[in-house]
Amino acid sequence: MNPLYQIFVDPFVQMAGAPDLFAQTIWEGFVGGMLYALIALGYVLIFKASGVFNFAQGIMMVFAALTLVGLHEMGVHAYIALLLTLGVMYLLAVGVERAVLRPLVNQPDIILFMATFGLTYLLIGAGELVFGGNPKTMIAKELGLPSGGIDFNILGGLVSLQRIDIAAAVIASILVAGLAAFFQYTRVGRALRAVADDHQAALSVGISLNEIWVVVWFAAGVVALATGVMWGARSNVSFALQIVALKALPVLILGGFTSVPGAIVGGLVVGIGEKLGEFYWGPLLGGGIESWLAYVIALAFLLFRPHGLFGEKIIERI
Amino acid sequence: MFYREAGQFKATYAADQAVFPIRQDRIGLALILVAAYVAVPLLGGDFLLSSVMIPFLILSLAAIALNILTGYAGLVSLGTAGFMGAGAYAAYKLSTLFPQVNILVWIVVSGFASCAIGVLFGLPSLRIKGFYLTVATLASQFFLQWCFVRVSWLYNYNPSGAIEVPARALFGLAITGPSASPVTRYLIVLTIVVAMTWFASNLVHGRIGRSWMAIRDMDIAAQLIGIRLYPAKLLAFAVSSFYAGVAGAMMVFLWLGAAEPDAFNINLSFLLLFMVIIGGLGSLTGSFFGAALIHILPIAVRQAPASVGLTIGGATVEHLTYVITGAMIIVFLIVEPHGLARLLQIGKQKLRTWPFPY
Repeated sequence: MNPLYQIFVDPFVQMAGAPDLFAQTIWEGFVGGMLYALIALGYVLIFKASGVFNFAQGIMMVFAALTLVGLHEMGVHAYIALLLTLGVMYLLAVGVERAVLRPLVNQPDIILFMATFGLTYLLIGAGELVFGGNPKTMIAKELGLPSGGIDFNILGGLVSLQRIDIAAAVIASILVAGLAAFFQYTRVGRALRAVADDHQAALSVGISLNEIWVVVWFAAGVVALATGVMWGARSNVSFALQIVALKALPVLILGGFTSVPGAIVGGLVVGIGEKLGEFYWGPLLGGGIESWLAYVIALAFLLFRPHGLFGEKIIERI
Repeated sequence: MFYREAGQFKATYAADQAVFPIRQDRIGLALILVAAYVAVPLLGGDFLLSSVMIPFLILSLAAIALNILTGYAGLVSLGTAGFMGAGAYAAYKLSTLFPQVNILVWIVVSGFASCAIGVLFGLPSLRIKGFYLTVATLASQFFLQWCFVRVSWLYNYNPSGAIEVPARALFGLAITGPSASPVTRYLIVLTIVVAMTWFASNLVHGRIGRSWMAIRDMDIAAQLIGIRLYPAKLLAFAVSSFYAGVAGAMMVFLWLGAAEPDAFNINLSFLLLFMVIIGGLGSLTGSFFGAALIHILPIAVRQAPASVGLTIGGATVEHLTYVITGAMIIVFLIVEPHGLARLLQIGKQKLRTWPFPY
């Protein structure tokens, strides 16, 4: 068959021919994209407030999920374990601020970026030391998360939605809305926006950078925990999840490093684009293109909008 | 008192512009070269040569590759391992397609294949800057890694999906494959690394290197003084991926002997970036320091418990290695953000003025 036909016509014919499959793919992409968006949100929060590209976000997610499961395995009730994990994430935020950010204040971005790499290694090692390297099952049921699927008889076929995915979408929306409200309407949120806007101006009106950093890293930790629970419930909790976090990077460049809405839109674009690409175009290339398709989508966007879809345009001066 | 340029007069401009203007530096370098060429092969055992020195030198070359791009031209890349893989697979294809040509020729030529791919992925670098570019280079990493798995032509349809190094000889002496002795491989690696470091040193001290550094420091200002950004950035990508390609080819042919696609995964890219940052951005010496630290530190950590008589499980040691490496990176960044190369510079300055404080 003509390759042009295979690329430009055939996939669409397939889509139109089986709308139920198409809807299923879109839904799966949507859920995946939602979770990418959540991870990207963690990056954006920290990048906005401290200008640090926090590479450790992915491992923070794994670490939070592992702590939760590990505590539960020790016999702690699921909800208490959740609270304790939040406590651990807070301690982590304080520790990072004290031990990493404060001594490195005013260093070039790349140095801080590398420091978060060091943090990644530290957390991988510590996590494996304490909780062991084996994959664990997320305690979804104990946390009251639904399981099983719902089947819809629409579009002339069966579209099945996993309840956990619906829950993930709902929780992600609540989290995003909550964060938006927190940024918009609280005192601390206003201070955070001030810091994001201009470090020095924020300092000069009496905002403590150190406190803000703790708050931001803690917020990123909470997002990491939520993401970790969701991803963990879909597969299981292991260090391989960290690779998923790398998928959030194209989301980030697509949406712009500094934009919360960008992270969400970017996440959905990447999630859906990736699933559709893999399902309809992947077989042409031998499959497995999911691993790089997201990056290529992002790269294509970047060529036209070098600061992402919603990123702030950087004005360069001599 | 012993390290001082007093009394060394330069009679020509050429002498004044030399890379090592101080005589003691030249003597030191000569001593290091003699030690590397004579003392190490004579005194070192097979373990030292094949699991410490050869990987160290190859990683140093890869770190130099990344340092040219990141330290000199200011383009942070996370795709180095992908380019190394491109070099390795190119060398493998070339050496199996044309077995009559000497393998060393192919190792060096494979750099050009990697170079072409590097230029291709460097094309967006004019429009994309900073962390956006860093993430964009990840695209090359994942795409190339996918190619190594899926394009079976690259590994000659080998069912295991791995590439195995054919045995080849130079002047009747086995240099690749299982029968090659560590000493031979070490000397070949050393020669290539020394030659390429020398070339890189000349490159970065000359006009090209200076234009790279101007771009790194402020690209708009560089453009205003007449540096053409696009060719300069693409050249940085080209040279860097050439070096990475040669390092990758050496890694498979002279160190590992066989490689799976996973050998060139993203972790290698990260490790190389560690080496460059810890060694010192914009310093060739730093690349060697960084490679030494990152490669030898885990080996030392693994050996340490046994040498003091403690028995710790292998898994625990592995995890401890991670913790210690991570902590070391943070500590080094806090103590000396400009890398180990800066420490060397400070030391030299202290020696110069010794016994006076300044």
